[in-house]
Amino acid sequence: MDLNNKTTGIVTGIISNLVTVEVNGPVSQNEICYIYLGETKLMAEVIKVNGKFASVQVYESTRGLKKGDKVEFEGHMLEVTLGPGLLSSNFDGLQNNLATMEGVFLKRGEYTAAIDFEKKWEFTPIAKVNDTVTAADWLGEVKESWLSHKIMVPFSFKGEYKIKNIAAKGTYKVTDTIATLIDASGEETNVTMIQKWPVKVAITAYKEKPRPYRVMETGVRCIDTFNPIAEGGTGFIPGPFGCGKTVLQHAIAKQGEADVIVMAACGERANEVVEIFTEFPELIDPHTGRSLMERTTIICNTSNMPVAAREASVYTAMTICEYYRSMGLRVLLLADSTSRWAQALREMSNRMEELPGADAFPVDLSSTISNFYARAGVVTLNNGNSGAVTFIGTVSPAGGNLKEPVTESTKKAARCFYALSQNRADKKRYPAVDPIDSYSKYLEYPEIIAYLKEKVSNDWVNKVLEAKNLVLRGKEAYEQINILGDDGVPINYHESYWKSELIDFIILQQDAFDKIDATTPFERQEFMLSKVLEVCNTERNFESFEDCTKFYKEVINIFRQMNYSEYKSENFYKYIEQIDKYTGYDN
Amino acid sequence: MTTKAFQRIYTQLEAITKATVSVRAQGVSNDELATVDGRLAQVVKMKGDLVTLQVFEGTEGIPTNAEIIFFGEPPALNVSEDLAGRFFDAYGNPIDGGPAVEGERRQIGGPSVNPYRRKQPSQLIPTGIAGIDLNNTLVSGQKIPFFAGSDQPYNQVMAMVALRADVDKIILGGMGLSNDDYLYFKNEFENAGAMNKIISFVNTTEQPPVERLLIPDMALTAAEYFAVDKNEKVLVLLTDMTLYADALSIVSNRMDQIPSKDSMPGSLYSDLAKIYEKAVQLPTGGSITIIAVTTINDGDITHAIPDNTGYITEGQLYLRHDTDTGKVIIDPFRSLSRLKQLVIGKQTREDHSQVMNTAVRLYADAANAKTKLENGFDLSDYDNRCLDFAKEYSSRLLAIDVNISITEMLDTAWELFGKYYTKAETGIKEALIEKYWKEKEA
Repeated sequence: MDLNNKTTGIVTGIISNLVTVEVNGPVSQNEICYIYLGETKLMAEVIKVNGKFASVQVYESTRGLKKGDKVEFEGHMLEVTLGPGLLSSNFDGLQNNLATMEGVFLKRGEYTAAIDFEKKWEFTPIAKVNDTVTAADWLGEVKESWLSHKIMVPFSFKGEYKIKNIAAKGTYKVTDTIATLIDASGEETNVTMIQKWPVKVAITAYKEKPRPYRVMETGVRCIDTFNPIAEGGTGFIPGPFGCGKTVLQHAIAKQGEADVIVMAACGERANEVVEIFTEFPELIDPHTGRSLMERTTIICNTSNMPVAAREASVYTAMTICEYYRSMGLRVLLLADSTSRWAQALREMSNRMEELPGADAFPVDLSSTISNFYARAGVVTLNNGNSGAVTFIGTVSPAGGNLKEPVTESTKKAARCFYALSQNRADKKRYPAVDPIDSYSKYLEYPEIIAYLKEKVSNDWVNKVLEAKNLVLRGKEAYEQINILGDDGVPINYHESYWKSELIDFIILQQDAFDKIDATTPFERQEFMLSKVLEVCNTERNFESFEDCTKFYKEVINIFRQMNYSEYKSENFYKYIEQIDKYTGYDN
Repeated sequence: MTTKAFQRIYTQLEAITKATVSVRAQGVSNDELATVDGRLAQVVKMKGDLVTLQVFEGTEGIPTNAEIIFFGEPPALNVSEDLAGRFFDAYGNPIDGGPAVEGERRQIGGPSVNPYRRKQPSQLIPTGIAGIDLNNTLVSGQKIPFFAGSDQPYNQVMAMVALRADVDKIILGGMGLSNDDYLYFKNEFENAGAMNKIISFVNTTEQPPVERLLIPDMALTAAEYFAVDKNEKVLVLLTDMTLYADALSIVSNRMDQIPSKDSMPGSLYSDLAKIYEKAVQLPTGGSITIIAVTTINDGDITHAIPDNTGYITEGQLYLRHDTDTGKVIIDPFRSLSRLKQLVIGKQTREDHSQVMNTAVRLYADAANAKTKLENGFDLSDYDNRCLDFAKEYSSRLLAIDVNISITEMLDTAWELFGKYYTKAETGIKEALIEKYWKEKEA
């Protein structure tokens, strides 16, 4: 856009980070503008227009702003830069590179480039001159660390193009022209390795979006065994504070079976992000043996960073995921926590004096959340390859009450529900995912059932359902025992209860801080569940409930020792032997 | 505050509410301070020429022709080494009779530390209290509140923790402190001979509640000076954050904002986070650790204040009166230190994690046994052993009057395991059992 044609304006009102601007030309909804505070430019987004007055939310502190301060509109919505170099970066919610910022403190109005424009990349063409291409088609590739990063026809290109020129194999900067395309009317456009895309718009340059048909392994037993999440699926983890949301999310980030992981720290603690900065480079991806940081990108708007940028952060993260998905990669997006995003929406809606919905949240909260979750999914690309964005969000329900608006809206949008229970957390039964309240709708998908049959074992899903049933019966028995007393119920109630305890202690509980227990591959999960069910399914006649209690406590103890031993190690077999010997006992 | 040359003065008020006044004025900037009829106020809203100011002391008796003087700067504090040993009010003015502090003038509520420039907290802060050191170990750079009923001795515990902690500076931010508690802190600090490392910002119950809103930012601006500029380890004590949040709700109510849960402002989470997130471990060695108090009503942690706090802080410490032993204990169930994983088993003995978890699990078994007992059921032998264990665990480890080293705490726990349980019942890794198990003394 021509600089001279920019719409400008002046500040006429300020309430916290909501600023009213009197404009002298056209503005569009969600357009980005900069407010000049002396030499400092503060970025803001238009959220309402009324006559000549635009309300803008400022992404920074508005301290010191005055009536009459100058505003310049940019003519586009909030955009991210997409290109090689995003991987392993640490961005703020507006895609500023945190690593290249100077000083200990975040300076107001300091914006850094997302991508290094000087770095040279080894480009190899994929498409040829005279090929017909459309948006998102692969023109070539560069090696981004270990990953083959596809250079694509920009997503904003409409219709078919013909390749007039394509760069030969060689090293180029991201801003160098690597192809020239001609559209139907004969107009030529140069394409570089980078493109821009507005974050609030989903990238839909793919052929189709089939139902998810594979399971994404997380190594977390209560997820993989009990309620598996599909690749390209959606899930959410609501839970009161202190129930282990973050530990669980980090476990998924460390062990999740995905090519690229994007973590959006949205309104959460800065030290949690520091933990990722510190630990991930040291940790090894169990699937590839490479450093975890090599596949991780962090978008971070911690709770003390400007509230308005919090909303942007989840969209920025999702857009980067969609970009990598278009390269035929499996991407996992973890957002912690989507409640903070909803709260940011609430603060703004409140300042705009909109009529509030439930708990003062904006009335369109539910549709905003579903639209966002809908951007995840498996896609078939134009060239037949497929890619996926799996999305897991956490929700921080006020007071741990799952009937609040954010949890309810998310429940409508996500297919997996991992309810963290205060009760389990109090008993230090981690991960505190409630086995009865939680669910995965994917367990009902015929394509997922078929996949599990193939990948794990023929009767796997039946075994899972059996284990779930045992847990449920154990809970009922436990309630009866609590009401009627140990002696007031038949011994088989105790047996039911202890079977569910065995499953709880051995399958559901997992020590995220133990080297071995932290990750359980599917093969081992299959073995464990089968072994546990074998014990549960053997008929035993206990003389008294004390005998039953003693028996299962001992069994649990041996199984626990086994969980701490390396799979198929000498110790592991030693404990199997012990279990077989001990449970073979039958009076 | 005296008037200076070139200050803009207005005398025509357009509107007065309980907490705010509005005036037509030129060249005013957002967040700027002013005095209205001699009372301190801050710009909170501008619409055209109409500027709304929040008057901290309230607007009782302010006339429409009151004099408004704009200062041209937001609230600020003079920082220098001279802050040490001094007592200040919410505006940073001395209340100990000493002279005003000279130094660099810094705006309070400044920018956040770039998360990428932070370091992972890694330094254990021992307190001698097993309920903290053993079960919920504190780490420098952490932020953690005590959740306590108003009848519990939270200020005493906090003063004790502060004075035992090995830090360079202790900064007290007292909000709505009763005069008695204020004098208690003053006495404790003086008796400990630690005055030279203590700085206090105090708003007592005798002063207007809205003034409290400045206390945390004042305390943290001083803390950042010592941590960032002087590379010191700073411990900030904030009591009572519930009264701070109450002041927030008063202001938002008077500004006609739509309240969310428990009549708290919708921005409560962000408001509290801005304070707590100042806790930091800097790469240069300086750190800010925040220990706060959030008083709760009748143990209700689902109330918006403790609830939002819990989502922000790195854990919480519950004080509870244990009826079995008659002592105030740190409740092992709901208490949590999120950063303990960074130090336990690393700066403490290898068995720390398992011993801690096992003891809490057995204590939970005792709680179940107690429920059974209360419901009139027979107790098994195991139940009885659990109850005995719980009593001893509570009085020898959980009580706040304990003062021993972490190794002693671990040894005590092993002694109790051996006394009341079999090896299998503890479910501890065999390698550790072999090394540390203590048979019951004959």
